[in-house]
Amino acid sequence: MAEKDEFEPKIIGFLCNWCTGAAADLAGTTRAQYPPNIHPVRVMCSSTVDPVYLIKALLSGADAVMVGGCWPGDCHYVSGNYKARRRFAMLKTIFEALGLDANRIWIRWISASEGPEFAQAVREITAETKKQGPSPLAGNWAL
Amino acid sequence: MAKSATLPLKDGQIRKTVNSFLQDLLSKKVVEAILVPVAHPAGNNIMQSLVIDPEYLEQADVFAPVLPVISARIVSAMTRLTPVSKKTAVVMRPCEMRALIELVKLKQASLDNLLLIGIDCPGAYSVEDYQQFAAESSSDDFVKALPKRKEDPKLRAGCQICQYPVPLTADLIIGIFGTDPGKGLLLLADTEKGEQALEELGLTTETDGEMAKQREAAVEKLLAGMKEKREKFFEQAKKEVGGVDNLATTFAPCIECHNCRTVCPLCYCRECFFDSPTFELEADKYLGMAEKRGAMRMPADTLLFHLGRMTHMGASCVGCGACEEACPNNIPLLKIFQLIGDNVQKLFDYTPGRSLEDELPPTAYREDELQWIGEK
Repeated sequence: MAEKDEFEPKIIGFLCNWCTGAAADLAGTTRAQYPPNIHPVRVMCSSTVDPVYLIKALLSGADAVMVGGCWPGDCHYVSGNYKARRRFAMLKTIFEALGLDANRIWIRWISASEGPEFAQAVREITAETKKQGPSPLAGNWAL
Repeated sequence: MAKSATLPLKDGQIRKTVNSFLQDLLSKKVVEAILVPVAHPAGNNIMQSLVIDPEYLEQADVFAPVLPVISARIVSAMTRLTPVSKKTAVVMRPCEMRALIELVKLKQASLDNLLLIGIDCPGAYSVEDYQQFAAESSSDDFVKALPKRKEDPKLRAGCQICQYPVPLTADLIIGIFGTDPGKGLLLLADTEKGEQALEELGLTTETDGEMAKQREAAVEKLLAGMKEKREKFFEQAKKEVGGVDNLATTFAPCIECHNCRTVCPLCYCRECFFDSPTFELEADKYLGMAEKRGAMRMPADTLLFHLGRMTHMGASCVGCGACEEACPNNIPLLKIFQLIGDNVQKLFDYTPGRSLEDELPPTAYREDELQWIGEK
């Protein structure tokens, strides 16, 4: 067990400016505790996250990636997260079809008021990724 | 309800019969131009050609088993800026037509003034294999041998697992499946435009004729057989290319020439993301990446390119197999793209090129779908 505990996964989070990004701020200002494994990238909307960004992150050394958006129906741009949801489903499907770890790609709908939920999501993703161990895609020199 | 006509065989030859029908289209002013595969003088080459003068149709060869360029690309290049002003017929294989429908939806082509003529497609060889084939055989031999043919390992990878060897959106279909070419060639109108063309040609038509019914039964059987074949193929493909190690092996010979993208009828972007300045890095960035990994395969981002392309056009992949044909190092791209394409298309219950009405999956959404996404 001790050996596994030493593995600190790197998680890249693409957080939407209006909801999940604000929730991350709220988690910070309310001093909610969550692991420092997540590296947030602020994006204007979850729909601006081209699946290529997620793949690039996974190939460049991330052990997991997370997209955070507004709850379906609450998108600041009306329908961005619905489209993000389709693209995300597509990427997961592609990963599954190719026998890659689709469960290293996460998406969470977290509203601006859900600071504790954001902290909880990060705790959960970090714990799960620790269980999975280092990603075979991460920093693979031959890919 | 479909109207059809039977073209009597000219000198017992399918090619001559088709060509004379195409010549009639021009001489009877049903259309003023035809885009069609034509045998070219040098070597045994077939290329799509835009024909105005009926005389040049003597050399047309629509069933020649070769598919050098996916003609949807040609139609897109012709009609992207403005639709054709004169009535033009295009003779396409089913996969080409499906790609064209996708391009129209992507606003890269226009069907205005076009008469879509589809063929029942018996498959095609690579350009190289075709040249050998054509040296001693003809398209007529190829089509006539069809009822007896079981497997033809020389067919292009895309043709081996073709999902729809029959046109889905043609105005007119030149039907060969389930029919006896000795009795003549079936010309089937699938739209009002097609019916009108038959009328203008002055052909005797029948509704639900014997030949059309025979074809329908044969097509149904063929599609069911293909479905089964594809399922087995995907099972096998997943074993062969699935997983990080297999993917690394599969893409190891990739030299990043991007030929697969160049010939892909669906990769329409004027400027590809993978050619953008995002991928122009300073030397130190490369050194940094190599340092982190210990070593780094160059050119970089091979798997990223292929996975990226899959996410960008996988939903619309028609499985023409042009990518695999164009790969200088024989990477089984068709296998991979059809594997993921099939899964993505099933996810959205989408058949690329089936209809102009079906929305492109990445641009549409339903509020009540995919509820499992984002759940804890």
